Amino acid sequence: MKFVDEYRDPAAARFAVEQIKALSGGKHLKFMEVCGGHTHTIYKHGIERVLPSNIELIHGPGCPVCVIPMGRVDDGIAVAETPGVIFTSFGDMMRVPGSNGSLLDAKARGADFRMVYSPLDALRIAKENPDREVVFFAIGFETTAPSTAVTLQKARAAGIDNFSVFCNHVTIVPPLKAILESPDLRLDGFIGPGHVSTVIGNRPYRFVPAQYGKPLVTSGFEPLDILQGIVMLLRQIRDGRCEVENQYTRAVRDEGNLRALRIMSDVFEVRPYFEWRGMGFISQSGLKLNEAFAPWDAELRFSVPGVRVADPKACQCGEVLKGVIKPWECKVFGTACTPETPIGTCMVSSEGACAAYYNYGRYNRTATIPVKSA
Amino acid sequence: MCLGIPGQVVDIVDPAQHKAIAEVEGVRREINVGLVLGDEGGLSVGDWVLIHVGFAMSVIDEEEAASTLDFMRGLGELFEDEVQQFRESTPL
Repeated sequence: MKFVDEYRDPAAARFAVEQIKALSGGKHLKFMEVCGGHTHTIYKHGIERVLPSNIELIHGPGCPVCVIPMGRVDDGIAVAETPGVIFTSFGDMMRVPGSNGSLLDAKARGADFRMVYSPLDALRIAKENPDREVVFFAIGFETTAPSTAVTLQKARAAGIDNFSVFCNHVTIVPPLKAILESPDLRLDGFIGPGHVSTVIGNRPYRFVPAQYGKPLVTSGFEPLDILQGIVMLLRQIRDGRCEVENQYTRAVRDEGNLRALRIMSDVFEVRPYFEWRGMGFISQSGLKLNEAFAPWDAELRFSVPGVRVADPKACQCGEVLKGVIKPWECKVFGTACTPETPIGTCMVSSEGACAAYYNYGRYNRTATIPVKSA
Repeated sequence: MCLGIPGQVVDIVDPAQHKAIAEVEGVRREINVGLVLGDEGGLSVGDWVLIHVGFAMSVIDEEEAASTLDFMRGLGELFEDEVQQFRESTPL
């Protein structure tokens, strides 16, 4: 257990690992960590090597960059290449491949693409360039959607009409449902996302135990948090309980951030369906600007191809996102697809399972991690 | 983007516009604190918040901030990139 020594409070971590061993009693159990931040921690800190081999962690779809389908990247690039446009996005989106290259490639072809840290930075660029159209490529789950909403409220209040948002915000509950409905995968419980839950709270997850009979424990991002989350899941299973529990009480309240939720509902409406990379169309899973904010909606302002583009044949991001295969089981992992030349989104984002595994996890894998599930 | 970075509120520059200055690893930048204000206000200089894309998303205590920072420093590149972006982006 050499990794445990590097965790905060190694004694507590060691104790958690002992409890996991005792509680699971050698039974093969599969838990999905929903959030890409968890996936990153798991590989970076060697958690799979600390856990007994009967506990298998499945990496879920909670990586905002990973789930953006190719057609939406193409749409974004089409807007970026419209004359007069300044196109902005978070750095994570820059290298995501569309069918004709990434945003960085578009920049090399002459598009005015600028990386921003915050949607408010994009709004500032719009203020400073009143004769240009400034578009923000909005991505992310409920952690970043409120920020986009506030930015739009500010644009409206200040009457900044050369600013618009290409909205690709998604919500976490519908893909969870899709995974639970999927016949490919049998899970024994979920490690719920931490920071998404600071916004939405724990209540939206109640359907997981109620309708699907799986426990869910919202957990923090440190290795010890994840280990304690697993202990809480195992205790539920031992006690015959099945509920939503909160390991991350330091930041997550049951009701979430009501102010953020209110602002989101002021600006967004739910799309009837939205395409997810590799997972197809999921109903009620995406957000768009509502009627009141239509003037700031880049999809209404610009003509975009709006065409569904199939993922590259070799790419298995969909299976990785659904947890059906592990990153290294993808045919192109680490050969044709690397963080430098990604084919799929999971290799682009540092929160993607493939990139995290490529950077930290691939050494000594065969010796320590069970590859085949039972 | 998924991971919030802990920052300490060092100044509240424009309460009406929800503008505050936060410090992360010695770097100061303007952030928006509108999402962590209760209806009665209630964020003070010295408070710690988790910051996502320039917005405070939740209030945390000092001990939690310290341990989260410790953990994030251990993430290496991922955290350095975040701080770099925090530093390079011009405040509004």
